[in-house]
Amino acid sequence: MKLTLRVWRQKNADADGAMSTYAVDGISSDMSFLEMLDILNEQLILSGEEPVAFDHDCREGICGACSLVINGEAHGPERTTACQLHMRSFQDGDTIDIEPWRASAFPVIRDLVVDRSAFDRIIQAGGYVTAPTGSAPEAHATPVPKADADFAFEHAECIGCGACVAACPNGAAMLFTSAKINHLNVLPQGAPERETRVLDMVAQMDSEGFGGCTLTGECATACPKGIPLVSITSMNKEWLRAARKAGKR
Amino acid sequence: MARTVWDSTVGKKTVMAVSGVIMLMYLVAHVIGNLKIFFGPEEFNHYGHWLRTVGEPFMHYEWTLWLIRVVLAGAVVAHAVCAYQLSRRDIKARPSKYVHRKPQASYATRTMRWGGIILGLFIVWHVLDLTTGTVHSGGFQAGHPYQNVVDTFSTWYGNVIYIVAMLALGLHIRHGFWSAAQTLGVGSRARDRALKTIADVLALLLTAGFIAVPVGVMTGVVS
Amino acid sequence: MTSYTDYTTGEPAVDSKAPSGPVHERWDKRRFEARLVNPANRRKHTIIVVGTGLAGGAAGATLAEQGYHVVQFCYQDSPRRAHSIAAQGGINAAKNYRNDGDSIHRLFYDTVKGGDFRARESNVHRLAQISVEIIDQCVAQGVPFAREYGGLLDTRSFGGVQVSRTFYARGQTGQQLLLGAYQALSRQIAAGNVEMHPRTEMLDLIVVDGRARGIVARDLVTGKTDTYVADAVVLASGGYGNVFYLSTNAMNSNATAVWRAHRRGAHFANPCFTQIHPTCIPRTGDHQSKLTLMSESLRNDGRIWVPKAKGDTRPPNQIPEDERDYYLERIYPSFGNLVPRDIASRAAKNVCDEGRGIGPGGQGVYLDFADAIRRMGRAAVEARYGNLFDMYQRITDEDPYEVPMRIYPAVHYTMGGLWVDYDLQTTVPGLFAIGEANFSDHGANRLGASALMQGLADGYFVLPATINDYLARNPHQDPVTPEHPVVQEMLADTEDRLNLLLAVDGDRTPDSFHRELGELMWEFCGMARTESGLRKALERIPQIREEFWRRIKVPGTGEEFNQSLEKANRIVDYLELAELMCLDALHRAESCGGHFREESQTPEGEAARRDDTFAYAAAWEFTGTGVAPTLHKEDLVFEYVHPTQRSYA
Repeated sequence: MKLTLRVWRQKNADADGAMSTYAVDGISSDMSFLEMLDILNEQLILSGEEPVAFDHDCREGICGACSLVINGEAHGPERTTACQLHMRSFQDGDTIDIEPWRASAFPVIRDLVVDRSAFDRIIQAGGYVTAPTGSAPEAHATPVPKADADFAFEHAECIGCGACVAACPNGAAMLFTSAKINHLNVLPQGAPERETRVLDMVAQMDSEGFGGCTLTGECATACPKGIPLVSITSMNKEWLRAARKAGKR
Repeated sequence: MARTVWDSTVGKKTVMAVSGVIMLMYLVAHVIGNLKIFFGPEEFNHYGHWLRTVGEPFMHYEWTLWLIRVVLAGAVVAHAVCAYQLSRRDIKARPSKYVHRKPQASYATRTMRWGGIILGLFIVWHVLDLTTGTVHSGGFQAGHPYQNVVDTFSTWYGNVIYIVAMLALGLHIRHGFWSAAQTLGVGSRARDRALKTIADVLALLLTAGFIAVPVGVMTGVVS
Repeated sequence: MTSYTDYTTGEPAVDSKAPSGPVHERWDKRRFEARLVNPANRRKHTIIVVGTGLAGGAAGATLAEQGYHVVQFCYQDSPRRAHSIAAQGGINAAKNYRNDGDSIHRLFYDTVKGGDFRARESNVHRLAQISVEIIDQCVAQGVPFAREYGGLLDTRSFGGVQVSRTFYARGQTGQQLLLGAYQALSRQIAAGNVEMHPRTEMLDLIVVDGRARGIVARDLVTGKTDTYVADAVVLASGGYGNVFYLSTNAMNSNATAVWRAHRRGAHFANPCFTQIHPTCIPRTGDHQSKLTLMSESLRNDGRIWVPKAKGDTRPPNQIPEDERDYYLERIYPSFGNLVPRDIASRAAKNVCDEGRGIGPGGQGVYLDFADAIRRMGRAAVEARYGNLFDMYQRITDEDPYEVPMRIYPAVHYTMGGLWVDYDLQTTVPGLFAIGEANFSDHGANRLGASALMQGLADGYFVLPATINDYLARNPHQDPVTPEHPVVQEMLADTEDRLNLLLAVDGDRTPDSFHRELGELMWEFCGMARTESGLRKALERIPQIREEFWRRIKVPGTGEEFNQSLEKANRIVDYLELAELMCLDALHRAESCGGHFREESQTPEGEAARRDDTFAYAAAWEFTGTGVAPTLHKEDLVFEYVHPTQRSYA
């Protein structure tokens, strides 16, 4: 396949960026999208240009590092991560636009690489169970109904890639935040910190400069792990419950 | 609690949901009242008078009405202030657009902001037109709402403004009702279909009910 | 100048911390004998932890909980992305919840045997003991393990064992365990007990007066190299499988931290012990950047076969039953498709070498679910393996419900690593290595679902107990500051190396060298090794290294985000480590576990161990780039599990 790529190039956080156009040839439909970018980069290095910077690591769709908006869609046209997107989703002669995640809470570091540390700070605000090493009771001491365990798992699948923020017209991080809150709040182990967790994490999310939710559903459509939109509803419910309880104290 | 709510985007959304639900309940009552216009001036005017005497003798003349007006005004202001602040925040959170645009979510979702502004302006006009009579087209007669309504809908612009606003209202309710359910945490996967259906039905009935009046005037059923 | 292969044998390596007595009492004994640090004094100690995977994340969180000041590093943009996240199958623990005859002793036995008798009994027994605590700890953190309808934890059996002791969270066990550790670490970051440096890569170890006192690290965003000083350094930087270029490791997983530590005096043990995982998706062409693993759990229900005839190119569904060779079931009737990884991988290589491999290039075998679908129904197969089948289909564009999967072995894990004593301390005092970065627990072959167990055991339980002893014996009284001349010298060293890389401005990309080295290693130091092949590789590696320093091209500067520079710098270390791997493979003229020397096999073609000569761990001491290293042998003593030829027939 022969393709035309239009890629966002930006030297560093302070520099202005622009789309640059490149041609790549000899692309096989079995390649992953990132392998196609590898080929572009080899080409650029040999021609004395700087290669396109992009985040990637496991290339198995689980680490959440890759973060490309491809033709206006976070992770591209398939419901997966960019690293698991294959070139068979494109046609010979296509022009493909590649841009970084766009959100003021995710500033661009270089080219297609953005700073997602805001997500880490949301987790630090309460996305954990306080269980210091060594203090754990026997694992079978507290049975967890299978339905709750499955609900927790479904939300725990979030890979923290940030596609939800990138896809949201408001740059909101509600889906990410709700996934972690729902995962921990449904489990008996997470119950003691149930209220503080949701209040603190939502407050941190707000202070990072993410937008608010208008329930457009773009986040859930873009999520490579299929975290459902209703996850946000569950978080809202948790938040209201916590706010009411906090008000009574 | 109030501080927690007001400082949070989720809290502000809650304020919008609650105020929206209040306004929606009012609209349901409003549309039922409006439809009395098809039963002639006597019944309609009598209904208008009754509104001012509800709750007597416990309440004084118009007290109940004013109470409702105050609650409604509060809801409108809270709804609008939250919408404004959240929208400002949303726009700031996503300052640069993608070069490659893709088709966005449903029409109703996208039109929430513009629809809201249209509805806000409409409310001002509507009050000045039929409550205070300030911008009324004919000679506004307090206590004769039937005639006032007929006057309004005898002008082309009265009809246009009203019908456009009611269409906006339908779209606003369609997404707003479902959204409010999500914000208040009553949505779920099992209920999603039911909620969407209720939202559609509500939007349709309210829009149709309100638009029936100008259509009635235009077609001469009401005169 | 002496040749690299003319290594000398030095003093034996001695594990001075190893306790004696009955094996099940040793860990308690060591914990009791180890000195403690007064809780009030702990915050005065700074500990550097490099890496945030299962081992590093768990260690950072636990040390901080104990009151130490932890300074932690990862090259990823977030500690949550360490490659432990990609582990699919599960984690072993001797809970015996199934009442199927499991016990700590059986897990210990299975692990020593599975490692082909090249692991330390004391360490492995400790690992088995701790395994049960790990599950408790992870459940308390909210790790959503799979559960039964009654609400209790579910388990499954995993390659190479006959009991169900593997706890799992669908096909994403590593992810869930890592997020548990990450969340515990996040709590400590928020509390100010851990100073986290993401996107910062360790480039050298600082050794002052013979003790590890800090690291040199580069901020990958600004490009600034800086020094960080501490009272102890913990390496949890993972394995070195990426020497092979194509592996199941993450693209940026690298050997720089361990190799730099090795250059500064830490001995490197058993570098040739690499695990080739039997069930990976075959490569499709030269563009391939990495290989993807399909969980070993697939072998529980899938049947592996190739056509009986050479060069049979018919589509699999058209090959009749009697023309198929279910070779694992044929050769190993009692374990069948569930033989340990090294055996399954080698068998696949053998049938492909015979010309019976399938798919493009004949480098593949079928993993067939047709029988399983007939037996349990498609829905049951989907419930068990749905996500793996989807992943396979996404990558290959083939539907595994309809046509058999194609699989081929790929480099997956490295059992070798920095030599550590029972306390997980390397030969550099104050430098500890945990998780895949050390060598201790898996011998010559790791059993499935044991990597997660070892990483968490080291991080949550072993290191936090043993590091106290070092700190208590070496009180904080000689502060080393960044201005210290040795520290400055080491910083300058690193900067010089980076500048040199940028200055060459040659005509070959970093990837082209990496790929060349990887192909060489896969050919000569891969699944089967021979003396002549290894000698060829040892001749070629210095030539590639020389060419690298002449022709490498790294665009950009060092003072910016520069992924080419990161890559090139890692390749510098691969080019040295690869040489040691080949030498280790050459010197170990026996077959054991993942190390198969063609010269040493039984008449049936199985690995033949030579316990009389090679029952030791080989700890190599660095003496200079391309200079013959010194070998220190640590004799392995087996008091409880007596070495036998492994038999899975």
